[in-house]
Amino acid sequence: MKVLVAVKRVVDANVKVRVAADNRGVDLTNVKMAMNPFCEIAVEEAVRLKEKGVATEILVVAVGPKEAQEQIRTALALGADRGILVEAADAQPLAIAKILKAIVDQEKPGLVITGKQSIDGDNNQVGQMLAALTGMGQGTFASEVNVADGKVKVTREIDGGLQTVELKLPALVSTDLRLNEPRYASLPNIMKAKKKPLDIKAPADFGVDVAPRVKTVKVEAPAARKAGIKVKTVEELVAKLKNEAKVIQ
Amino acid sequence: MSVLVYAEHDNASLKAATLNVVAAAQKIGGEITILVAGSGCGAVAQQAAKVAGVAKVLVADNAAYAHQLAENVSALVAEVGKGYKHILAAATTTGKNFLPRAAALLDVQMISEISGVVNATTFQRPIYAGNAIATVESAQAINVLTVRGTAFDPAAAEGGSAAIENLSTATDAGVSSFVGEEIAKSDRPELTAAKIVISGGRGMQNGDNFSMLYKVADKLGAAVGASRAAVDAGFVPNDMQVGQTGKIVAPELYVAVGISGAIQHLAGMKDSKVIVAINKDEEAPIFQVADYGLVADLFQAVPELEKLV
Ligand SMILES: Cc1cc2nc3c(=O)[nH]c(=O)nc-3n(C[C@H](O)[C@H](O)[C@H](O)COP(=O)(O)OP(=O)(O)OC[C@H]3O[C@@H](n4cnc5c(N)ncnc54)[C@H](O)[C@@H]3O)c2cc1C
Ligand SMILES: Nc1ncnc2c1ncn2[C@@H]1O[C@H](COP(=O)(O)O)[C@@H](O)[C@H]1O
Repeated sequence: MKVLVAVKRVVDANVKVRVAADNRGVDLTNVKMAMNPFCEIAVEEAVRLKEKGVATEILVVAVGPKEAQEQIRTALALGADRGILVEAADAQPLAIAKILKAIVDQEKPGLVITGKQSIDGDNNQVGQMLAALTGMGQGTFASEVNVADGKVKVTREIDGGLQTVELKLPALVSTDLRLNEPRYASLPNIMKAKKKPLDIKAPADFGVDVAPRVKTVKVEAPAARKAGIKVKTVEELVAKLKNEAKVIQ
Repeated sequence: MSVLVYAEHDNASLKAATLNVVAAAQKIGGEITILVAGSGCGAVAQQAAKVAGVAKVLVADNAAYAHQLAENVSALVAEVGKGYKHILAAATTTGKNFLPRAAALLDVQMISEISGVVNATTFQRPIYAGNAIATVESAQAINVLTVRGTAFDPAAAEGGSAAIENLSTATDAGVSSFVGEEIAKSDRPELTAAKIVISGGRGMQNGDNFSMLYKVADKLGAAVGASRAAVDAGFVPNDMQVGQTGKIVAPELYVAVGISGAIQHLAGMKDSKVIVAINKDEEAPIFQVADYGLVADLFQAVPELEKLV
């Protein structure tokens, strides 16, 4: 079974981004970029499926600027077999899902794995949209994935606890934090990854229009909280909460 | 102008999150219809009809919708939603699961987790873990939105008398089935609705130590939350995670115990009215957002707190 993993290049999770002076976006000059953490979990899951003999080939796809090749190479170093970069900066989730759908139609994977959410736009959309466009069942926010007998059983992290669903293959899974702990790429594997195939495409190759449907009017910093104080003792804390903040009785 | 609001419920009762969505719908303006999809969900429809400001309730009562499977619900919402200018759902794990799927079926670019309504086509939403607030505008025929509950004061649960209409639509996409669920049962208030939240982090050291927090919570009528680190370490279940990729809370009082204050955690609680941090490291970033900071060993401070509240 072929597994397709979608990965996105985003600002590194440890960076505290700042709003750009012109309020058009956030300031990304000299900011460290990385693979979206949920996509790392997606790649890891695919690699584990390959190690178990469930997956036979792992295809990684990214839609992004040409630098997103770095994230595809990282996935290749972690164990993916080949990559496709569709060059388009700032494509929105629906357009990304349409590009991925065209690739799914060509490649016919048995399983598609995406992250649940990209940590830059915090959209939480692409996986569900891709599932809609391909007619696949979706196991979102997965903390456990079991493939057997033409089906995949997915345990999902939901607000009340955990839910398990069963999907017919081909299906889509989106990863949550507890699904696995991604490994690091070893140096020899990073070297080997440089020789693995990576195709570069354009949205037009798939007939997808990536013009934004939703326009960003402005981007602002959130309201700042006013400076707080340090209290010395628990008594002082409780007194403040009762008499000053009046949030407890 | 017409707004379709998707009801969040468990087939027995309407969840409070729906009231926040109705509030967002009221800000958008226009006639509000609530769609209740479920199985044996008549009581939910009755409650939805009583919500203030709601004109109509549509009910799709069918086994296919019993567990809110996204494949089935999204097909229904895309079908029913065609006639509306806006389709709204709560930014809960239910709404986040099916609404993007419905949007794609309608060929609409959805807008996730709005925190503000500027006008009927312009919305605010946090991006980059809440480090920036984007104002976005859409000229699409239908606007599909999830709503961040903490950003909208709930509509009144009583006062309305909407007409209830049954839908005969039933879609079972036939690609997914419900196997089971483990729903955490607790007498404490729900995390996202509680007036007081006490959260523990890696500093709690293990799950048993969370009993210290439960004791304080029970005295204050509070809910108990956690950081990702505490969930990852297995101290507490996943539904307690507060943060960018967990639950968003904005109670009157948030008490962070043994939590360092990473941006991903702050994203889930920094809109709380009053924030208290108890941490033994005076340099911990949590103190930058805390109204009251206590530099102390939690194993001494928390039992003391329990005695004094
Ligand atoms: C993609 C992604 C998504 C994430 N999503 C979330 C999310 O939704 N929510 C979230 O919380 N995190 C999230 N994180 C993780 C986040 O980056 C931090 O790693 C996490 O919040 C740290 O948890 P913590 O503060 O409990 O642990 P630590 O950072 O280890 O802090 C523990 C704190 O406890 C204090 N402490 C220890 N012992 C004591 C004691 N005896 N008395 C008093 N204080 C003590 C220490 O001084 C320290 O400050 C995410 C990360 C990524 C990459
Ligand atoms: N530009 C992209 N290229 C490839 N995959 C993407 C892209 N954007 C989002 N995805 C996938 O969809 C997931 C959810 O992203 P989002 O809907 O943007 O929150 C990510 O974790 C990726 O797996």
